[in-house]
Amino acid sequence: MNPALDNDLGPDSPRQLLHGHVAAFDTPEELVAATQKAYAAGYRRMDAYTPIPVDGLAQAMGRGKTVMPLIVLLGGIVGGTSGYFMQWYSMTVDYPYNVGGRPFHSWPMFIPVTFELTVLLAAISGVVGMLYLNGLPRLHHPIFQAPGIERATVDQFFLCIETTDPMWHRDGTRTFLEKELKGHDVAEVER
Amino acid sequence: MPGLTQPPPTDAVQKNGANGSHGANGHGPRSPLGYPDRMMGPGETHASVAAKIGDIVLDGKHPKGWWVGFAAAFSLMMVFLFSITYLFYKGVGIWGINIPVAWGFAIVNFVWWIGIGHAGTFISAILLLVFQKWRNSINRFTEAMTLFAVSCAGTFPLLHLGRQWVFYWIVPYPNTMGLWPNFRSPLVWDFFAVSTYFTVSLLFWYVGLIPDLATLRDCTTVRWKQILFGIGALGWRGSAVHWQRYKITYLLLAGLAAPLVLSVHSVVSFDFSVAILPGWHSTIFPPFFVAGAIYSGFAMVLNIIIPVRKIYGLQSYITERTLNNMANIMLVVGLIVAYGYATEAFFAWFSGDQYERFQAFNRAFGPYGWSYWLLILTNVLVPQALWSRTVRTTPWMLFIVALFINVGMWLERFVIVIVSLHRDFTPSAWRMYYPTFWDYATFAGTIGLFFTLLLLFIRFLPMISITEVRELVAEGGSQPIAGPAMPPMFARLADRPGGNVP
Repeated sequence: MNPALDNDLGPDSPRQLLHGHVAAFDTPEELVAATQKAYAAGYRRMDAYTPIPVDGLAQAMGRGKTVMPLIVLLGGIVGGTSGYFMQWYSMTVDYPYNVGGRPFHSWPMFIPVTFELTVLLAAISGVVGMLYLNGLPRLHHPIFQAPGIERATVDQFFLCIETTDPMWHRDGTRTFLEKELKGHDVAEVER
Repeated sequence: MPGLTQPPPTDAVQKNGANGSHGANGHGPRSPLGYPDRMMGPGETHASVAAKIGDIVLDGKHPKGWWVGFAAAFSLMMVFLFSITYLFYKGVGIWGINIPVAWGFAIVNFVWWIGIGHAGTFISAILLLVFQKWRNSINRFTEAMTLFAVSCAGTFPLLHLGRQWVFYWIVPYPNTMGLWPNFRSPLVWDFFAVSTYFTVSLLFWYVGLIPDLATLRDCTTVRWKQILFGIGALGWRGSAVHWQRYKITYLLLAGLAAPLVLSVHSVVSFDFSVAILPGWHSTIFPPFFVAGAIYSGFAMVLNIIIPVRKIYGLQSYITERTLNNMANIMLVVGLIVAYGYATEAFFAWFSGDQYERFQAFNRAFGPYGWSYWLLILTNVLVPQALWSRTVRTTPWMLFIVALFINVGMWLERFVIVIVSLHRDFTPSAWRMYYPTFWDYATFAGTIGLFFTLLLLFIRFLPMISITEVRELVAEGGSQPIAGPAMPPMFARLADRPGGNVP
């Protein structure tokens, strides 16, 4: 069975009408093993839906590290430097006042606010960045039409191979999920 | 948990376990040293966790204990609204404050509440980073407690301002007066510290809540609940790609919150220690305050979760191991606080400064001496009971000790704020402080506000993190036992898989 032969790309083809094939697994270990097999078989465009974060699952799908730490670091740097600048500017340039001849640029006194603003902007950029990269809030998604997907937030672990994968084939992928990966409740998901 | 497969010694941990079906099997294993070892009751599965915790929210019925608590808390909250209404009408003169005791109850209560607010982030962030998994069952609850305690705390400096309507002058913003706040003032640091702490705690709490709201969305069959929880969950679908970013973000937030929680009470202590007043001007204040904050925070957590786990039958999640560990932490920080008292007294003598020496003497033997000795009793002597394992693992005993600590920590702030202020440098300025009815009413009112918010939280949101408790299940935190039937809430879901495929 050569998947390339069935790569129908017309407007009414299954590839256009479907989101992908979904299969359920009972434990995180089974899901990770299945994902690794799917990756080894050449599938790339897939996603898994789990009730708990599963270690190594994203890596099994071939994903590298996320840029989240970098976003949080940048947020912290911006928060800290702008916080310090605000204090330096207001206390030495815009509104200096002399307290017993002490220096205007009394940097140790600026540390607490600098610290707080570093943490504040790092945290906000972390949460906003995470939601932005995840494409959330997004209240609807094709995967919600999959039968039994409610249990993806309760106790079932799902793997979805999407139609955007060049390897995807309506019958081939279905058989692959059922027979090779031993997933149960394999179903097509409409777009 | 390797210890979980051991045959259970005698123990009555799980006498009334989460599900009735656990009763026969309900003995907890113990660590080699004999401490309760179980993080979770037996027989818990991914589904049972979601069902047990989610049912508290989704089920319409609520225990009598909730209604009694809510009625009492809501009445007290009305007292709060009444007393601040009168305060806005009349001004801060209705309180007992005077010169030199200008800070009065307002600042005592502020520091007390903000201290209580420390346990939440300590438990959820610092204990997360040091892999204390037993915290997974209480972190959601304590984070909510933090938010509400900080809300109560935040009202006091605002109310104490006198001209409450210009509170925003402390915020640096371009204004027509051409003024800036004084960034060398600890009071401005305090504003930044408390507001940052509140914001970061809120973000941390909400991020933790997102997957749980998705679980509730998928568990309920009621349409409007599906819509509301769905909006709250922001469309969370448990995607592996999302989880990867989520997990790292959560850890980074914990890493950011960990130094933050230590900084907040340090900054609050600067309010005192930067002043030159004897009794305040001391370098031990930041660590001493942080230890005290964790002390009172843990005491408040215990005072709340002990009744709650009983009323809602959550002994399977909030186990004696959790109680024992919290009591241990309380004992340690309690000893740090006691050491702080000793250091204060010693350095007052060692400094050779007559004002410092007088202050230390006046604390113990002056007109407010009773408050100092009550403080030593409630905060130093009674908590020594925590050396006993029986006390640490018996909920009602632990509850009583925690109650003493909460009173003691309030007295500590009373001693620091009022006793230090009422005798300053010049005897002609000395004056006693007598709290009025409105002082007490406002304080009692914030207790009502706190518990009203907390009880509403218990009612409408999952008070235990479903996701994190499930992680414990996935790691084998719960022994499987033969077939507890799926709770009714899941009957609908149980029929679904394998259903009609297009």
